[in-house]
Amino acid sequence: MSAIVKTVSAFMTVPMMIFGLYVILHGHLTPGGGFPGGAVMATAVAMLIAAFGLSQSDARKKDAFSLFESIGLLAFIAMAFVGLQSTFFANVLAGHGWIFGSSVSYGPNPGYLETGGVIPIMNFAVGIEVFAALSAVMLAIMLHRREKHD
Amino acid sequence: MIDAVHWMLSAGIIAAAVMALKGRDLLASVIYLSAMSLMLSLEFYLLQAPDVAIAEAAVGTGLSTAIYIAAIKKTERMEHEGT
Repeated sequence: MSAIVKTVSAFMTVPMMIFGLYVILHGHLTPGGGFPGGAVMATAVAMLIAAFGLSQSDARKKDAFSLFESIGLLAFIAMAFVGLQSTFFANVLAGHGWIFGSSVSYGPNPGYLETGGVIPIMNFAVGIEVFAALSAVMLAIMLHRREKHD
Repeated sequence: MIDAVHWMLSAGIIAAAVMALKGRDLLASVIYLSAMSLMLSLEFYLLQAPDVAIAEAAVGTGLSTAIYIAAIKKTERMEHEGT
């Protein structure tokens, strides 16, 4: 791609990543959550790939993204199993005053992040998973070599 | 006032979808599809579904456009007649 595209993509990557993290972290307070935030972050990766291209030595990065995808899924299901002393997916952290312990207030949203119990942690796990999975899909498509047919 | 915006957005969505179907240049079709997705996410926002609007804007406008462009880069840009 041209120098303009490369410069603008390199400049815009950090705001896109931070907006994706913002959507993930405010997932229990505002619209959004793990999936849209992870998709925004994966869009930044896709933009970088489209602007700067790939070499065949980037195949290892796909394995790294796959590893992070597995870590996100395992964190999600582990947080679900933590609540198994009462029920599956029980919110064990809510109302105990520990990390993310207080409850979400009623009425207009004051934006207190440390609320919601296990929901922000699960949002973060889903965000990591979606970001890594969509980036791995993008890398797999771009790394695929063209086969000659005629 | 808001009815006029709804009508304009709906007409724009349909027009962009028809343009994406009609063209022979697949890259232009992908850009029309991206514009359709952007107007659709705006319509979702006006219908007070901001969650769906964010997901539609991120996936429809950003990611699927990038994947389509990658696929066009791997194959051919122009669509052939009669295939």
